[in-house]
Amino acid sequence: MSALGQALAIAKKDLRIEVRGRHVAGTILPFAGTLLIAFGLSLGPGRSLLRQTAPGLLWLAVLFASVLAFRQAYQAEGEDGAFESLILAPIDKASVFLGKAAAVVVELLALEAVVVGLVVVLFDLPVGHAPVVLAGAFVLGTIGLAVVGSLFGALAEMPRTREAIFPLLVLPLCTPVLVAGVKATELATTGPAGQAGSWLGLLLAFDVVVTGVGSLLFVYLVED
Amino acid sequence: MSTAERLMSSLTARRGERVLAWLAVGAVGVSAVLSLVASPPDAEQGGLIRLMYVHVPAAWVAYLAFAVVFVASVAYLRTRKTRWDRVAAASAEVGVLFTALTIVLGSIWAKPVWGTWWTWDPRLTTTAILLVIYVGYLAVRRLPDNPARRARWAAVVGIVGFVDVPIVHLSVRWWRSLHQAPARLIGVPDVSGSMGVALGVGFIAFTLVYLYFMALRLRVGRLEERVVAEALSPRIGQPAEALMEEPARG
Repeated sequence: MSALGQALAIAKKDLRIEVRGRHVAGTILPFAGTLLIAFGLSLGPGRSLLRQTAPGLLWLAVLFASVLAFRQAYQAEGEDGAFESLILAPIDKASVFLGKAAAVVVELLALEAVVVGLVVVLFDLPVGHAPVVLAGAFVLGTIGLAVVGSLFGALAEMPRTREAIFPLLVLPLCTPVLVAGVKATELATTGPAGQAGSWLGLLLAFDVVVTGVGSLLFVYLVED
Repeated sequence: MSTAERLMSSLTARRGERVLAWLAVGAVGVSAVLSLVASPPDAEQGGLIRLMYVHVPAAWVAYLAFAVVFVASVAYLRTRKTRWDRVAAASAEVGVLFTALTIVLGSIWAKPVWGTWWTWDPRLTTTAILLVIYVGYLAVRRLPDNPARRARWAAVVGIVGFVDVPIVHLSVRWWRSLHQAPARLIGVPDVSGSMGVALGVGFIAFTLVYLYFMALRLRVGRLEERVVAEALSPRIGQPAEALMEEPARG
């Protein structure tokens, strides 16, 4: 089986776990909805302020949801020594890394579709102007989040690690995704969407760099 | 690698450590005289410009320290020699210290000059994120009880963190350029003549302080390894020296 086939097999396995267990749909999605309502309450009912801050709040909700999604993706491996078996399997370690990232990309994109819908309703964000730019920002941003999460999720799931270490590592490293994602979303909804190109380029560059570095380094995290 | 390793061990021997300490103290003294007395006050900022002679060198040491973490992390993953892990650990600690110092000194400078402790300037914001990334690195170092695993994990974080910083900086710079500046930003002062000399000496002094801290921290790292080896040796039935990569001096 090629490295790509191995990665796809692992992604399929993770998605099957999600379809049968409904962790993202049943727990993380409601959590993201709760966050959005909490943001709305904390910023008051003024419509113009909510609309203005909506892209940022949207991405914050996605960021926090992605942290939880990765906890889940690796927690499932923690049971019955599944992760050891996965690492001992005669496959490329980079495939494990990419496969887990791919599964979370799919889960997060589904979650984001619902979250964007909620933001349209709750914060009155107009999403019809440039749907292609908006979709591009979410796809590229989600890949970046998923790759960083897939790399350090392995670390957070090892025995004797502390819960908070994962967000402490992932959130600052994903600053470019937050900044570029929010800006591209802003331009795609309320600003001139034509200017979003450089932000999408930045997201793409981030994805390429972290995927490359992560594929090289993942093997060192799971060596024993 | 072996030349670098030899240079490292001679600098971190007890004598090298003392020489470094005196050089650092001397250079800091000269730097203090140059920056507080010998250099002129700035036309615009007056005496406040003197903060530059500590703020800018502190920032330089912070970036130098994190570059060393990156190089040592790569070297560790390639050679698996514990000494590279100790270099990375020592440099990250000193780097976090100097990053925090940079931010504090910058805030003290910004308050009278810009009228605010903090602005979302790209350099400031990048430095703050840099601090959080390496605080995370130090947190990873405290996680596993297995030293080899700790070294590998830390090396991965040390590499990813360093590679990430330029992208963070780029994103924050673009982000900032689309906003209006909240405060009037005074540009980089024209540094020449005796001011340039004072700044140059500041760089040298802070670099020597960095090297001295590294030497101290590396010795502590070796002693820590020796404590572990001596505690383990009766249980394994091997002499402590056999468990250590290099016998600790002093």
